[in-house]
Amino acid sequence: MPAQILKVAPRPQPVTAAPLIRFAGVGLSFGRTEILRGIDLEIAAGEFVSVIGPSGCGKTTLLRLLAGLQKPSAGQVSMAGRPLRGPAPDIAVVFQDYANALLPWRTAAGNVALALEARGVPRPERAARIAELLQMVGLGAHAERFPAQMSGGMQQRLQIARCLAQDPSVLLMDEPFGALDAMTRHKLQDELRGIVRRTGVTAFFVTHDLEEAIYLGDRVIALAPHPGRIAHSFPVTLPPQRDQLSTREDPAFLALRRALFDFIQEASA
Amino acid sequence: MKGAVLPLGLVLAWQGTATVFGLQSDTLSDPLQVLAALAAGLGDASILRATVQTVGAAAAGLMLGAGLGAVTGLVCGLLPVLSRLLRLLIEVLRPVPAVAMIPIALLVFGFGARLEISVVGFACFFPMLILTETAVRGLHPLGRDVARMLRLSLPQRVVKMVLPAILPRLFVALRLCAGIALIVAVTVEISSNPMGLGYRLMLAGQSMRPADMFATLLWIGLLGWGLNLALVRAEHWLFATGARA
Repeated sequence: MPAQILKVAPRPQPVTAAPLIRFAGVGLSFGRTEILRGIDLEIAAGEFVSVIGPSGCGKTTLLRLLAGLQKPSAGQVSMAGRPLRGPAPDIAVVFQDYANALLPWRTAAGNVALALEARGVPRPERAARIAELLQMVGLGAHAERFPAQMSGGMQQRLQIARCLAQDPSVLLMDEPFGALDAMTRHKLQDELRGIVRRTGVTAFFVTHDLEEAIYLGDRVIALAPHPGRIAHSFPVTLPPQRDQLSTREDPAFLALRRALFDFIQEASA
Repeated sequence: MKGAVLPLGLVLAWQGTATVFGLQSDTLSDPLQVLAALAAGLGDASILRATVQTVGAAAAGLMLGAGLGAVTGLVCGLLPVLSRLLRLLIEVLRPVPAVAMIPIALLVFGFGARLEISVVGFACFFPMLILTETAVRGLHPLGRDVARMLRLSLPQRVVKMVLPAILPRLFVALRLCAGIALIVAVTVEISSNPMGLGYRLMLAGQSMRPADMFATLLWIGLLGWGLNLALVRAEHWLFATGARA
């Protein structure tokens, strides 16, 4: 049974290319509470890594460590060979809570401009870049709309556009589609895959949706809780060209879904 | 319109009673006499001069006190360490009634506008500080993460993210402080400072001119009402129809 074969896959998969991101023995404790322990993880440039695990296993904390928003209490997170000390200019984060991540008093164009202003891009160069980014996420016609005038899906696209304005080499996403309805989520998944492929960005995607993790990822990392640690690393053997209908019916997809489902059942038991 | 029925009815009843029973008093007056006194005060511009003095001192004190309060509140809201350092001092000074500062201010500044401005400033400082600090503290914590990920500098974050977010609440605080400023200015004039509407009110009372006293009182009431109305209108214009559509 393929699920069984996948379950015994060795943990931390060796990555062939030189890793862009490297977690070496990373642990995090708040006082006596241990959140994460012994995280060893390598992510290659251009790789799409999904992270799953039962709630409270430290998925978001792992993302915050990579974002530089949180310092590890043990080990080291490094990027391109250099240890990470705080937020880096080429790492961007798409937060789940798009409503609070956007500035409600700025238009779509103004929200994207915020990232350019922060980077010190001169005003004359901003307009063209903003138009290009909004076009890329399908908001070309809505540049002058305020977030409150947009649907949840549009607001999340806007946040992605603002992240891309940073010209990131790594895009971190914390359950970005968790608050959206199923149809919008599928549409955004396809668009996200398209954007990631076009820009060649390395993606780190935290989700509680197992199918989403498989559909998007080149690899799925499974975290076990108490304390959070990497339990498995599942390679996704699906072809790079994915489709909402046929990919989700692919035997490899179904087998992996079964394996992940079993893992979650076991881990949260 | 319905709201006007009760006050107008009372004024009419007051006038009726005064006319029927032939009111003769050193402490009361009838509405017609009050209106006549108000017209006279406006006619010789004495009430307008007093208004300029009171409103001028109140506005200057408001700008000084609320301005410093807003800046301190903003800094305290952004730097919890500073907030903890200042907390004891603020909690001790805040409950001191502003009018209790009059004797000290009088020693420092003597009679005049500066006395009044300093006491009004003291009264406006604390509410503005606390409301601003609370507004900054109440901002969603995600904003901070967003600012860090975009690598905004602290001044950039304050100008681009914090101030626009707290502006509506800042304006409400300003409106509250404007009311306080007018109250305190008139109080300082009544209790000690020989200028403005409060002094005019006091003088009219002490020299047994009740019509003039009530006229000044009516004028202060109208002034406060007008001020609040103007600020409410400004608030609607700034925040209801603007970028938050």
